[in-house]
Amino acid sequence: MSTSTGQQHPISLYLKIWGLLFVLSTLSYLVDYFHFQSYLRWGLILTFMLMKAGLIVAVFMHMAWERLALVCAILLPPLCLLVLVGLMVLEAEHTFVTRMLFFH
Amino acid sequence: MNTSTAPVSQSHEAPVALAAAPDGWRGLVSDWSSDRQAFQVSWGKAMMWFFLLSDTFIFGSFLTGYMTVRASTTVAWPNPSEVFALHVGGANIPLLLIAIMTFVLISSSGTMAMAVNCAYRRDRVNAATLMIVTATFGELFVVMQAFEWSKLILEGVRPWGNPMGAAQFGSAFFMITGFHGLHVTGGVIYLLVIARRVLRGDYEKSGNYQNVEIAGLYWHFVDLVWVFIFALFYLW
Repeated sequence: MSTSTGQQHPISLYLKIWGLLFVLSTLSYLVDYFHFQSYLRWGLILTFMLMKAGLIVAVFMHMAWERLALVCAILLPPLCLLVLVGLMVLEAEHTFVTRMLFFH
Repeated sequence: MNTSTAPVSQSHEAPVALAAAPDGWRGLVSDWSSDRQAFQVSWGKAMMWFFLLSDTFIFGSFLTGYMTVRASTTVAWPNPSEVFALHVGGANIPLLLIAIMTFVLISSSGTMAMAVNCAYRRDRVNAATLMIVTATFGELFVVMQAFEWSKLILEGVRPWGNPMGAAQFGSAFFMITGFHGLHVTGGVIYLLVIARRVLRGDYEKSGNYQNVEIAGLYWHFVDLVWVFIFALFYLW
């Protein structure tokens, strides 16, 4: 079916993604439950988070079947947030160091 | 397109398209909407996507703000694993309520996706039922969040301080989860309105059930935001 009239996909596909999301959520919960620490913890959390987000956007929100013009218009602008995150990491480090110098 | 964009300065013979164009507010609307169509989807779907894009920036900014205060405080951040633990059967189970909330919201996304499928098959009763199930899951989520808020407030967590550690914890927590809860609540109302229209047969005449898919986009986005909050606020 063409994208202009709507997205129709089999329920079995949705059920599979649903199951995968359950598994991924359980795995990310287990990261906390088993007290993984440091880079292993952060790496696993981010990996599971991005996998879940990708599945939701691609299948549930049908991004995988939309035309590239729409995909780019929606998915590229949020990358600007990475610039903001980068700037704020520097800012936070600076604030932290200043606080350590003057209040501790 | 060529005639309507011809320079107006050659006014001794106004282009036909311009002469026929309406004036005032109607003219403004027709002028601004006269451009070539870039996205081969209905305007409703395109506008929902743009709204969600703007919402992405709102939540992105909240989470970045949370990251900034957490990284810059010299006081220890309260351990979410302990703060959000539930006391069940004589033992503290970390993040139990949050895990249940996560599964409830994912389940609501699953039923919503199925509702979209039913709607496009013009199976009105099942589509509306699945949407109502989705809304019920959403409401359940909000109720559990209200319980969580009450528990934390009783333990002395405030937006300006808390007994467990860094004062910024409360403001980040109430701001982010509160804004997300507001989105869930709005989504529940939105879904119920659309479900009522489906049941009433409002879309039967045109046979166009895309409004269900558009409502679904909003709902999946609410789930998507929770994925990020769960990972970055509760698990980090």
